[in-house]
Amino acid sequence: MRYSLASLVRNAFSYHENWRAAWRSPEPKPQYDVVIVGGGGHGLATAYYLAKEHGINNVAVLEKGWIGGGNTGRNTTIVRSNYLWDEATHLYEKSMKLWEGLAQDLNYNVMFSQRGVLNLGHTLQDMRDIARRVNANRLNGVDGEILDTAQVKAMVPIINASPGARYPILGASLQRRGGVARHDAVAWGFARGADAHGVDIIQKCEVTGIRREGGQVVGVETSRGFIRAKKIGVVAAGHSSVLASMAGLRLPIESHPLQALVSEPIKPVLHTVVMSNAVHGYISQSDKGDLVIGAGIDSYTGYGQRGSFSVIETTMAAIVELFPIFSRVRMNRQWGGIVDVCPDACPIIGMTPVKGLYFNCGWGTGGFKATPGSGWVFAHTVAQDRPHELNAAFSIDRFYTGHLIDEHGAAAVAH
Amino acid sequence: MLLIECPWCGPREETEFSCGGEAHIVRPPSPDTLADEEWGEYLFMRKNPRGAHLEQWVHAHGCRRWFNVRRDTVTYKISAVYKVGESPPHQ
Repeated sequence: MRYSLASLVRNAFSYHENWRAAWRSPEPKPQYDVVIVGGGGHGLATAYYLAKEHGINNVAVLEKGWIGGGNTGRNTTIVRSNYLWDEATHLYEKSMKLWEGLAQDLNYNVMFSQRGVLNLGHTLQDMRDIARRVNANRLNGVDGEILDTAQVKAMVPIINASPGARYPILGASLQRRGGVARHDAVAWGFARGADAHGVDIIQKCEVTGIRREGGQVVGVETSRGFIRAKKIGVVAAGHSSVLASMAGLRLPIESHPLQALVSEPIKPVLHTVVMSNAVHGYISQSDKGDLVIGAGIDSYTGYGQRGSFSVIETTMAAIVELFPIFSRVRMNRQWGGIVDVCPDACPIIGMTPVKGLYFNCGWGTGGFKATPGSGWVFAHTVAQDRPHELNAAFSIDRFYTGHLIDEHGAAAVAH
Repeated sequence: MLLIECPWCGPREETEFSCGGEAHIVRPPSPDTLADEEWGEYLFMRKNPRGAHLEQWVHAHGCRRWFNVRRDTVTYKISAVYKVGESPPHQ
C-alpha cells in the first residue's frame, strides 16, 4: 500500500489501528539466490536495489538482532559528499544524488534535510586544506564554498568566533547540499521497499558459519538452521572481521568503539551541521530539538558497543569551547557503536577470493551518508559478479597493490 | 575507562596510555625478497578478534615504555600484562 494523504485520511477513520505492517516477518526459505548478511541500512539498501535494479527478488536479509539496530541506529545522521579524492567523491556523490530522491523513490519519508554542513578551519593549514578540498570538490561537480569568519558567524550566530577563542574560527567549508536524515526511517524505508519487491527480511537470525564447497559458497549456517545460497553479500559493519574469518579470509580492518550522545530537547538554535576536524567533534540539532553530538573513536579495538568516558569528555570540552551557550545543557543519552576502520578510511566493496562471496565493509566512522550509494554499487557488484566503475577502486586488492585512497586527513573530518 | 597495570608504574588510568594495536606482528626478516601479497599481509591485515586480543600499549604520560596486554574486546577486561619480548601468559 502506498503512503499518501488519502491513505492517511482513510486510516484516521479507524484511529490508525489498521495500518499494515511495513514489512513481513517470514520464515526463512531453504534456498535463496542471494543472502545478505546484516540488516542495517547498507544491507537493506543492497537488497532493495538488487530487486529493483537487477530483478533479483529471491533474496533474504539476515539480521542477528533487529533491523537498523547496529550502526544505522547509532550514528549522528550526517550526510555529505565533500571528500578529497576522485574515487571517494564520486562514490559519496552517487549516494548524495540518491538521497535527494530517496523519499519519493521509497515512498517513505526519510526526513532528508539539506541544511548544509560546515567544516570549520581553526588554523592557516586547516584553511589551506579546506581550499584544496573545496576546489577538488568543485572540479568533480560537487558543491562547495569557502566561508570566512564573518560568514560563519552570520550562519551560526551562537558560535564563539572571537579572536581570543581557544579554537579560533578562521573560516569553514560549506556544502549546502549536505545535511541530515532520519536514521531509523532509512532502515525502515529500505526494508519496506525491499519487502514490497519480495525480499525476505529475517530478524533474530544470526549467521554462525559460511559453508563452502570447492572455493564456492553454498550457504550460511544460522541460528535458525542452514540456508542455501548461490551468492552471499556480507554487510555486517563492526563484525566484518568475524564473518571474514568464517570464510578463512583476513581483512585490513580493526573494529573500534565510536560514541555519540544527545542532549535534552531545546528550542531551535542550530540550523546547520557543524563539524570540526581539529577538535574531533560534530554537532547538529534534530527536528525534535535535541543536540546530536558525535565524538571520535576510542583508540583500542572493541566489540562492546561502548567506549571510554574520556573520549566523550574531550569532545564535550571542545563543543563547549565552540558553543559556550551549550555549557549548561544536560545530556540525555550516550551510546557507542562498533565501526570497521580501514587503514585508508575508505570502504572495501567487492569480491573476495571465495566465489560467490562479496564483502561491503570498512566504512569506518562515515558509513551512514553512504547508505543508498553503498547499497546501489554493492547490488551491482553482487548481481553482475563484477564491481561497478564507482566501486572498482574500493576492492580489497588495493592493500596489495598499494593503490590506497587516503581519506584519513583529507576527508572533511572524522567523517 | 580502562585501568591499566603498567609493568613499571602499576595501575594507572587509561588516559595516561596510548594503544599501539595488535601485538606480535613480526617484521619480515628479508624485506627485499617480499612479494606485494606478503607486504599487504604484514602492513594491513589484522586479526581483529572478538574476544581475547593481544595488543601493545605505551605509557605515554608516564614511563613512556611499551608493553603487551591481553584484553577481551567484548568485556574490555584485561587478563594479563607482560613485557615486550615475553610470550603471553597462559589464560
